[in-house]
Amino acid sequence: MTHTLGRPDFDVIAAWVEPGHRVLDLGCGDGTLLRHLIDTRGVHGVGVEIDDANVLAAIKNNINIIQGNLERGLEVFADQAFDHVVLSRTLQTVRHTEEILREMLRVGREAVVSFPNFAYWKNLRSVLDGHMPVSEDLPYAWYDTPNVRFFTLLDFEALCAKMGLVIRERSVLDEEGNAVTGEVNFLGSLAVYRLTQAR
Amino acid sequence: MSGQSVGAVQPQRAHFDQPLHLRSGGVLPAYDLVYETYGTLNAAKSNAILVCHALSGHHHLAGHYADQPNNIGWWDNIVGPGRPLDTDKFFIVALNNPGGCHGSTGPSSINPATGKPWGAAFPIVAVNDWVHAQARLADRLGIDTWAAVMGGSLGGMQALRWSITYPERVRHAIVIAAAPKLSAQNIAFNDVARQAILTDPDFHGGNYYEHNTRPVRGLRLARMLGHITYLSDDQMGEKFGRELRNTAFSFGFDVEFEVESYLRYQGDKFAGHFDANTYLLMTKALDYFDPAREDNGDLKATMARTKANFLIASFSTDWRFTPARSKEIVAALLAAGRNVSYAEIDLNFGHDSFLMEDAHYHGIVGAYLGNIKL
Repeated sequence: MTHTLGRPDFDVIAAWVEPGHRVLDLGCGDGTLLRHLIDTRGVHGVGVEIDDANVLAAIKNNINIIQGNLERGLEVFADQAFDHVVLSRTLQTVRHTEEILREMLRVGREAVVSFPNFAYWKNLRSVLDGHMPVSEDLPYAWYDTPNVRFFTLLDFEALCAKMGLVIRERSVLDEEGNAVTGEVNFLGSLAVYRLTQAR
Repeated sequence: MSGQSVGAVQPQRAHFDQPLHLRSGGVLPAYDLVYETYGTLNAAKSNAILVCHALSGHHHLAGHYADQPNNIGWWDNIVGPGRPLDTDKFFIVALNNPGGCHGSTGPSSINPATGKPWGAAFPIVAVNDWVHAQARLADRLGIDTWAAVMGGSLGGMQALRWSITYPERVRHAIVIAAAPKLSAQNIAFNDVARQAILTDPDFHGGNYYEHNTRPVRGLRLARMLGHITYLSDDQMGEKFGRELRNTAFSFGFDVEFEVESYLRYQGDKFAGHFDANTYLLMTKALDYFDPAREDNGDLKATMARTKANFLIASFSTDWRFTPARSKEIVAALLAAGRNVSYAEIDLNFGHDSFLMEDAHYHGIVGAYLGNIKL
């Protein structure tokens, strides 16, 4: 199976947004996902990014890009300004996990979160073999990784329960980007969640 | 430096007979605007960019004069073939605002009613008055809609004001190192600068032209003060530190530290050519700027009246108009559902960063302008 722009989670996210939706992409990089959502789904997109080179690339991509640090909050955004707030493969790099999730659901109706699953069997085997895992979805060595939080699907779902967040939908993918249906905490390399506040 | 200069340029002059009614209630019965243009206006007249000047700027934005090769435009590094304001693509317009002292009608011009320089009688001009005057110049040049209106500092405020006053005439507004209104501290600095001028014995109530003198001391102090606020603490530290001109303390009040020497030089240079009445007018225009006042302070409602797309940029070391001030504009534009991008540029030159040549900064402006379809 081939995936859009080599990012299988992008296909999952694209299927969850509707034309005309307002989408905020946190840590949007060069704006590839937003460009894709704008071009194929007709959304109104805004991205947040801290890195200078990515901000420049996003402007070249003709994306509405706001330079800023997610860790310092989303104060430039009004309450419930977006239909979807996307945090794609970034939650594991954020120190204030609960705060960012709360902020996402303050500025948006729905949070879309994807992250690498540390309990993926190849990662577990790597640790059993005595080394920190390096994989398709955890591509960094331990000494240069931007990741500061390592967690599993079960851990994340426990946090959602603790925070009173509702999981509306979950999509789990293997390293090739194919959907995993059973034993997801063991067989899934990347997870994508739709979250809302409890109503 | 990437790209090329526009080379030799010539200023032009336009006369306007139609009175300009000002926000202050005053009227300019007729006025001249001096301006320069670079590049070629295309047949569809869709490629024009207006660049507005800040407190001490003018119409000579880029290039040099054939007989004055060292008289280089104040923002030359960003204008020209291959530069962010690419004259192969765009037609660039820069002018000296009414109230200025570089050829447009201002306090040192002759008041036709009296045959003497306007002096203190020159009416207070507001940012919106400049925008109206600029709109008439656009009409004269056959430009219905600007591809972009752009400026830094007070120039950025004019770009913002354009998007509010003439929403149909601005496709993009590029607002750099600006603020939606001045803070108390900003106004305080401006007032100290004004007091320096107003209390100079050579000021003569603003009518110093008739006394064949100029309030040079006051203007010099005003500029020295202003200059401190344009630089960053870090930059001053790096550039001057506590370096002395001589090896030991002199225990006197003559120039001793290098930073004193620099500031006095900047003050002297500026006071030698700039008009003090213009300085007063420009600082008042800054103080009065507050477009959200028309919407009871609701900047979101003000921004909802705009139709342009926006690029807002600030500089990390700018403490005159900090990044937080630019983010107020960004937040209001986002809340109003406008297309906006915001870059916070890490440059060490304080407020003056907006005039500096920097690959990332110019890359951002160039990339934004590069996406404008003509």
